[in-house]
Amino acid sequence: MKVGEIQNYLNLELAAGARGLEKEISAGYCGDLLSDVMANAKKGGVWLTIQSHQNIVAVAALKELAAIVLVNGRAPDEDTKAKADEEGIPILVSPLSSYALAGKLYGLGIGRIEE
Amino acid sequence: MKRFKADLHIHSCLSPCGDLDMSPRAIVRKSLEVGLDLIAVCDHNSAENVAAVIRAASEKTLWVLPGMEISSREEVHTLAIFDRVDQVLQMQEWVYSRLRGTNRPELFGDQVVANEFDEVEGFNDRLLIGAVQISLAELVTQVHRLGGLSIASHVDRPSFSILSQLGFVPKDLTLDALEVSVHTDRESARKGIPGVEDYALLSFSDAHFLSDVGTASTSFLMEAPCVSEIRLALKEQEGRRVLS
Repeated sequence: MKVGEIQNYLNLELAAGARGLEKEISAGYCGDLLSDVMANAKKGGVWLTIQSHQNIVAVAALKELAAIVLVNGRAPDEDTKAKADEEGIPILVSPLSSYALAGKLYGLGIGRIEE
Repeated sequence: MKRFKADLHIHSCLSPCGDLDMSPRAIVRKSLEVGLDLIAVCDHNSAENVAAVIRAASEKTLWVLPGMEISSREEVHTLAIFDRVDQVLQMQEWVYSRLRGTNRPELFGDQVVANEFDEVEGFNDRLLIGAVQISLAELVTQVHRLGGLSIASHVDRPSFSILSQLGFVPKDLTLDALEVSVHTDRESARKGIPGVEDYALLSFSDAHFLSDVGTASTSFLMEAPCVSEIRLALKEQEGRRVLS
C-alpha cells in the first residue's frame, strides 16, 4: 500500500514531504525514543511518533522509512518540515493516538504478522 | 566578589547540528563581542574541540570551561561542566564506551575537529547525535564523581528535555541546576514546570550558530570562574549567588 493511499483511508493531514507519497509501505513501528527507532524500525515502514524535532527526518532517512505520522495532533517544527521536503519523506498528522492509529493500520493489513 | 556573565551552553562545529562557522576562534571572538566573561563549550557526547577553544582564548579576557552535552538513555540532554580538560576527557572516554553507531554526515551533519587556529584537524565519525546507553541518574552520578556540574538542558523544550522525556523532574535526581531555553523566561518556567521547586534556574543560549552566542546568559556573583564557585552560587552560600 502506498503512503498516499493510507493518507486517504485514514484521513491524515499532509504536513510535508509530498514527493514521497508514492512510496510503498511494508511495515509499521511506534516509538518516541529515536535511539529505539534507529535500532528496531524496519525499512519501508511507517513510523508513528509524538516527536516533532527535525532529527526524526534524519532517523527516517537513515532507516529508509516510507513515512512519519505525528500522532495526537502534534505539529512538526518548521525546520522538520523543510528537512522532510528536502528528503522527500512524507510527514502526516493524525489527531488519533499511536495505539488507535496502529490498530487501524493493522486493520489495513500493514505489518500484519502471519500466524 | 566579581560578576561573571556566563553562557555555559555553546556548541562548536563538532556537533553534527552545529554550524561550520562555530570554530574555536570565532566562538571566542563572538563571546567577547557580546560581553560574556565565561563560556562553556558543550558539544553532543564529545569534548574534542574543548581544548582548542580554551587555547584560542588563552590570551583573551574570556574564561572557557570544558564541557559536554550528554544524551542519556532516556534521550534527556544534560550539560556536564568541569574545571579541567583532563576531567572532561575522562568523561568523554566513559561516554564513548557507551555510545554506539557511526555518523552519516549527509543525514546528521559534519562533525569537525578543529584546532585553535581554526584549521580542520579531522572528522569525528561516532554517532554523536545518538543516546548514551546509561540512565540519567547514573550519568549525573558519574559527572559528580569526576568533579563536574550536572545541569539539565533546556527543561522547557518539547524535545530531548527532562519534561518531554520524563514528564517532570524526578525527586531523586541530584542535578546542580536546570537550564531554561531562550524560548521561556525563568519566572514562567518556575511556575509552569513540575518539580523545579528546589532548583536554581539558569538561562544559556544553546548556540548552534555564531549569532546565537550570548542570546541568553546568566550572571554569577562569585570569586572565580570555576566549578566550586558556581556550585556555591547555585546554593547561595558564602555570599555567592546567581544574579540574573
